[in-house]
Amino acid sequence: MLAMQTQTLTQRLANPSNFMALSARLLPWCWGLATALLAVGLYLAFFGSPPDYQQGQTVKIMYIHVPAAWLSMLVYALIAVSSFGFLVFRHPLADVSAKAAAPTGATFTFLALATGSLWGKPMWGAFWVWDPRLTSVLILFILYLGLIALRSSIEDEALASKLTAVLSLVGIAILPVIKFSVEWNSLHQPASVMRLGAPTIHPSLLWPLLVMALAMTMLFLAMQLKAMRNEILRRRLKTLRRVAAESAAGLSQQPAH
Amino acid sequence: MSAFWQLLRRDLLIAWKEGGNIGVALGFYLVVIVLLPLGLGPDLNLITRIAPGTLWIALLLSALLSLGRLFEADFEDGSLEVLATGTLPLEAVVAAKALAHWLSTALPLIAVAPALGLLLNLPPEAYGVLVATMLAGTPAVSFLGAIGAALTVRTRRGGLLIGLLLLPLFVPTLIFGIASIGAALTGTDSFWPSFLILIAISLAAMALAPLAAAGALRLQLQ
Repeated sequence: MLAMQTQTLTQRLANPSNFMALSARLLPWCWGLATALLAVGLYLAFFGSPPDYQQGQTVKIMYIHVPAAWLSMLVYALIAVSSFGFLVFRHPLADVSAKAAAPTGATFTFLALATGSLWGKPMWGAFWVWDPRLTSVLILFILYLGLIALRSSIEDEALASKLTAVLSLVGIAILPVIKFSVEWNSLHQPASVMRLGAPTIHPSLLWPLLVMALAMTMLFLAMQLKAMRNEILRRRLKTLRRVAAESAAGLSQQPAH
Repeated sequence: MSAFWQLLRRDLLIAWKEGGNIGVALGFYLVVIVLLPLGLGPDLNLITRIAPGTLWIALLLSALLSLGRLFEADFEDGSLEVLATGTLPLEAVVAAKALAHWLSTALPLIAVAPALGLLLNLPPEAYGVLVATMLAGTPAVSFLGAIGAALTVRTRRGGLLIGLLLLPLFVPTLIFGIASIGAALTGTDSFWPSFLILIAISLAAMALAPLAAAGALRLQLQ
């Protein structure tokens, strides 16, 4: 009985019309919360936290860089879960979610790489070093590009969705292996790179970072809901156009027959 | 099981009779290896140092050339549909075709790698380990490549797309292949760990990649 109730609940949530109604109500709250948290987080980052005693003001880059890196992985996980849901349960909303998240995830990954290289220039003296973490994030970025490219290169949208879902599952299976191999590789080179992740991070730096991480996650949530709504509307519009074209063709054919 | 060997034999016969694909792959391999020192300048020390990595990367690129057409001809003339409805599971069909690709493309490329190593002044003690790592690592290239070939079988610009999809998947193979050679040349005792991991990657790819590739093909045959 309980199982049936939960199933009907997920079914209700997964219904595109219900999703449109629910997301319309949620979206203003997401945007508002993201804006407020961003304002608080950026204020704390720039005025409420001290400059690092070694890195000076460049440590402020961390407040964008770390949340972006965190989101780059979270969004890929979301794409993989959505793809799994789409392939197994054949639910179109899961595909909408996977499709909407790919460009956003690629953008966050690019943001992590770009801010990382801006941070790396004063810290390491180079915009790019072949540190294992940088390398695996770069490969993650290429995987995102592959997902977007594969989807856009297949004209049949239903087929494109399924094949992209297969690719994202292959990606999630191979990402740990890539990460492991890249880290293995670095063990065999002289350690020339100053590593991040000091054993303890001082609370004065940690709090702004946590707020910024939450703010950027809210921002992603708002963008994801908006992108999913746009995708659903685009699909509805496409169906309407097709129906209109078909009925127009039917009408014009009628006198001839 | 005999259907598997029949299919393997058929694909090898086609590769042998056509002959063009492997010729192109070998020619491409040669061209990349010749262009590289021209671009870097004739510094023998530098070329010797990067020779193993260069030979590996050029081999991956040459194998990639023919991977895009792994299922294309069979898909276009409908044989793939016949194979899919036959007694042999589609996973085994994929495995047979990937194995045929390895035998008909990867093996000839590995066979010419030592000769191209001469051009790059590869140190004499590196030849054996280079061939060994290539033999151990390239099954992963052919089998992971089958996933990319299956995903792009219906796309017109598949040849360009497959590189973007597959090169990230080849990263572990490349890293452990190069790590084994490096360990063997410097005489450290870390040769066996990385070499065994390289074999493990190939075996895992041979076991798992046909599942993903067959899944992708099935979606397109419906």
